[in-house]
Amino acid sequence: MSCFDTLTSYGLRSIGIGERLLPKSDFTLCDQVVLIGSGMIWNVYFAVLALSLGFFFAVSLALGRNSDNALFRIPAHAFIFVIRGSPLFIQFFLIYEAFVLIPKMGWDINLGFIEITVETKWLTKAWLGALITLFLNTAGYTANIFYGALQSIPKGDIEAALAIGMSKRQIFWRISFPTMLRLAWPSYTNEAIFLFHATALVFFSSFPAWRQKGDSLYYASYFADKTFNPFVPYPIIAVYFISFTLLIILLFGYVNRRLNRHVASNT
Amino acid sequence: MFEYCTDPKLIEGFQWWSCYLSNGKHLNFYFSFLVVLSLLALTVPFILLFGFTGALARRASFTPLRWFGTIYTSMVRGVPDIIFFLFVPIAMDQGIEVIRHKIKCSDWSESIRQGNDFVVCTAAKMPLSSSPQWVHETYGFMLATIAFAIVFGAFAANTIHGALGAVPKGQLETGAAFGMSPRQIFHRIHLPQMWVYALPGLSNLWMILIKASPLLFLLGVEDIVYWARELGGSKTARFAYPHGDWRLGYFLFLLVFYLFLTWASEKFFDRLMHRLSRGQNTAASMA
Repeated sequence: MSCFDTLTSYGLRSIGIGERLLPKSDFTLCDQVVLIGSGMIWNVYFAVLALSLGFFFAVSLALGRNSDNALFRIPAHAFIFVIRGSPLFIQFFLIYEAFVLIPKMGWDINLGFIEITVETKWLTKAWLGALITLFLNTAGYTANIFYGALQSIPKGDIEAALAIGMSKRQIFWRISFPTMLRLAWPSYTNEAIFLFHATALVFFSSFPAWRQKGDSLYYASYFADKTFNPFVPYPIIAVYFISFTLLIILLFGYVNRRLNRHVASNT
Repeated sequence: MFEYCTDPKLIEGFQWWSCYLSNGKHLNFYFSFLVVLSLLALTVPFILLFGFTGALARRASFTPLRWFGTIYTSMVRGVPDIIFFLFVPIAMDQGIEVIRHKIKCSDWSESIRQGNDFVVCTAAKMPLSSSPQWVHETYGFMLATIAFAIVFGAFAANTIHGALGAVPKGQLETGAAFGMSPRQIFHRIHLPQMWVYALPGLSNLWMILIKASPLLFLLGVEDIVYWARELGGSKTARFAYPHGDWRLGYFLFLLVFYLFLTWASEKFFDRLMHRLSRGQNTAASMA
């Protein structure tokens, strides 16, 4: 089988398209590169969705934590404390077990005039269950970063806005929010990298891979187990992760320059 | 544990619980908490050692050494720690066995890698297949400790490198003006002052280390996650203490354990920071 054939039959294997059986013996370098790369689709899927959805939840959490109203402040604080204080690994297990216990058939919700059934069986599948876990996790960490940034917005900026008669809403959208993003961005970049790396835990440790559709680490450890040779699959997956990490740094660096373009640079 | 526990089928309520929570497997479960805590305690000196070595290598004037330091400290930024935890123990295990194979069985003609197999002579097995179970477990635990130390040592090296750079230049120049040798400056001025700059990074690292400790489970160590899954899984009536699927409860208990551990560490580091900041010209010492 030429390398091109391998690419067509295994390139999308992780999402269930292509050859059903994984290679069993005579693993070529091409097999390993293609299958592990195919698994990266899942890592990217989890990272992109969890980060982009988590961002909005994180902003609300940070505002809640910063609020004068105890009704918002205490729940937001508690959520951030639990997420930041416990290992992601335990969170995966906990949420998986919790979702398994939810009735598989779905829930009937009676809205009075209409009865709808909520499908819950998807929750035990990685594409939704693990995504929810990663979403909650990144929201907790990011909220803490954003909260710290909200706290360090220069007082003078807010006072100046008040002095020229801006409304609270205007102050938030024109002063607080942009400044918060600008101050938080370097830490947020780190969090994005950490979350991307955390996606490697999904299939490997908690959510079972269905029909051997797994992420890159799932395939890498498959090869390492089959060949007793860790020196090929793990460096391959490392190269994939390094390239995507550099991509994240590049993208976030671009945003960072945009956020800071009005700030006098001292270089 | 207690006398009335001889036949658990006959008791209920408080007595059942007291027997259930003190049976042999639960004692193993409690012991595994010590395993996790001892892993944390054992790795710290190694992490600091690797951290210092990495940081000093990055500052070295000898170029290849500096490259090595830079590569070592930057690799953990690009690759997930879990991949190192999987790679390092098996790579080290094979490395040790190859070396032992070369020494002990030099007359062996076949190659070690035969297709998909990794074959060394019996005498080169590490640990020997005849050794007792606890040797195997300790060996596995040791490999896990080294994997943790390598990964977190690289993180620590980043922090220490930054902290060494953060000590005000004037302090070092004053030392030089007094005629101190570079070695004296390093030991008497640079190193003692570095700690206060390194502490926020190192305390953060400790938190990450705590939260990485359940990954021991993936390395085959019988840690708290292993026992939580083992004990929580539903038990049929054939077992002495039948119950349904209680894994959620056990994992909630682990969650609380970790929350307490991180909370207590945070309090501890706050105090330490306060102490170390005495006499330092930083914002923390003014509070």
